[in-house]
Amino acid sequence: MTAIEHDAGPARALTATVARDLRVMRRSLVSSVIRIVLQPLLFAFVFAYVLPEAGLMGRGTVPGDAAGDTPFSTILVPGLVGSTVITQSLMAVVFPLVMELTPPSSIEDRLLAPLPVRMIALQKIGSAMVQGLIGGLLVFPAVLLVHAEGQAPDVRVDDGILLAAVVLLGALTASAAGLLLGTLLKPQQTQVLFTVVMLPAIMLGCVYFPWEALDEVRWLQAVVLADPIVYMNEGLRAALTPQVAHMPTWVVLPVLGVLAAALTALSVRVFTRKVAK
Amino acid sequence: MPTESVTTGSAAADAVASDAAAAGPVPPAVRAVDLRKTYRGRRQPVEAVRGLDLTVPRGDFFGLLGPNGAGKSTTIGMLTTLVRPTGGRAEVLGHDVTAAPVEVKRRIGVVSQGGTLDRDLTVAENLEFRGRYFGMGARAARRRAGELLERFGLAGRRDAMPHQLSGGQLRRVMICRALVHRPEMLFLDEPTAGLDPQTRLNLWDLLRELHADGHTLLLTTHYLQEAEALCRHLAVIDRGEVLACDTVDGLKAAVEAETVVTVTYDGPVPELSGVRARRGVERVEQAGGSVRVFTRDADGLLGELVALGAAAGATVADASQQRPSLETVFLTLTGREYRE
Repeated sequence: MTAIEHDAGPARALTATVARDLRVMRRSLVSSVIRIVLQPLLFAFVFAYVLPEAGLMGRGTVPGDAAGDTPFSTILVPGLVGSTVITQSLMAVVFPLVMELTPPSSIEDRLLAPLPVRMIALQKIGSAMVQGLIGGLLVFPAVLLVHAEGQAPDVRVDDGILLAAVVLLGALTASAAGLLLGTLLKPQQTQVLFTVVMLPAIMLGCVYFPWEALDEVRWLQAVVLADPIVYMNEGLRAALTPQVAHMPTWVVLPVLGVLAAALTALSVRVFTRKVAK
Repeated sequence: MPTESVTTGSAAADAVASDAAAAGPVPPAVRAVDLRKTYRGRRQPVEAVRGLDLTVPRGDFFGLLGPNGAGKSTTIGMLTTLVRPTGGRAEVLGHDVTAAPVEVKRRIGVVSQGGTLDRDLTVAENLEFRGRYFGMGARAARRRAGELLERFGLAGRRDAMPHQLSGGQLRRVMICRALVHRPEMLFLDEPTAGLDPQTRLNLWDLLRELHADGHTLLLTTHYLQEAEALCRHLAVIDRGEVLACDTVDGLKAAVEAETVVTVTYDGPVPELSGVRARRGVERVEQAGGSVRVFTRDADGLLGELVALGAAAGATVADASQQRPSLETVFLTLTGREYRE
């Protein structure tokens, strides 16, 4: 037997790093599912069930719906799915990576694996995307089903390709942003990231209202254009609730595409420089 | 510890043989020429390694010896592809660390300072995934992990998480992990730092065993005793440069390290001009009743000092003879005391 016997290409090493992430994920499966689903589920429960039942919230007029009987749950479904995919993708890479890069750096065994360092970066992004997509798949049925009587969301998948494109580009954008932040942040800064960056980005990210509804608050409508989550959620509205007014797909897809490409290139570069000291 | 045939060693020998057949003369395990690393410091650049030249023959047990901050870890980082050199070049087992890092990584095992095990995986999984990163199938990797844990007395800890291990266990697991893919060469950065004496001795035995198996070993240490006990060749390194490189005895001979003879008299100190004139004597220090002679030829000196004392009416209260040591070598090379 020689050292060269296990002379497999980087593909095999890459598969193994993915298998490693799946092993770790499987170990915390139950707590992960709870962590992912609980918040969106509570949101749907309060806003699509409790408030309508209590008579505090009913059908309303939304842009694009002249009849004025769109249940709030219809607004909520794309927003909650979109924000879940984004946050789960981001968190799936930020938290573990920050810890792995803190000395003694436990990412070392992957850096010593026979594959180029940028492949490790891309694997981190890919793995985070998978976790983000799983999050979306878990949340979608949950928020679809939880609502008051007669308040069922009006959701249909007319354009599967558009849906896939938006979700994949959104997950890629968030995962790449996660790789960048996870590389740059120190452990004590991650908490700040979520309160100062993620919370406002979600609250104002057109999760709970469509972008066109901000016609009445023009300055805010302009400001939120800087929030990537807006494009994800508006893209999901175009795919899942096309009857509600939404940003045109010729805006959403190019913006997400450019963001995803730029963040991927940047984050891989920053990661590679950081770990190869 | 049982030494039966879990094939950690023949791998290295076979690989050497096949390389030789394929490519003529076998390149050394390590060849570094004018290797440099400058970090961007906060105020000014920090030159961690400044033009380091190093050749490590295959099959050697080689030590990089130097005090903390000498540039040992940076050097080992560059040789193992984890740190990017800013100048010069280095080849490991014939492959350039910058141009062909993947080829280098395939052939080496690395035991870093500190516990760099994957904290999210158990001990056995750490080994298993190391094997899989190197292309083993899942089942083969698990079997290999089991063999190694058995051999190194860690079978009982296979399902432990890294944070549950003692310091000695942690190092042994890290060594196991470095061996999973049957590397030709092992790099160990301060493998016994922070371990208690008994654990350190056990680890020394283990390292000797790996060397006997046919592995080339390169370790860094700031313990003089460890370097002397283990290494066949040593490079003394300080402030980012190799000051001397040889066997332990060669180093001592090359710097003409002195034996120090110390005698404490009870009574008047005798006249010492005869001692000062002796062949090999470098200098003589006197403090109170104590006389310290630095010499390259200590034959008969102690007896002479006792006789001189007796002639002057003084008895000898205490006497000692300190052989040349790496400590005196370091002192001669750097002009500074060695601090571990």
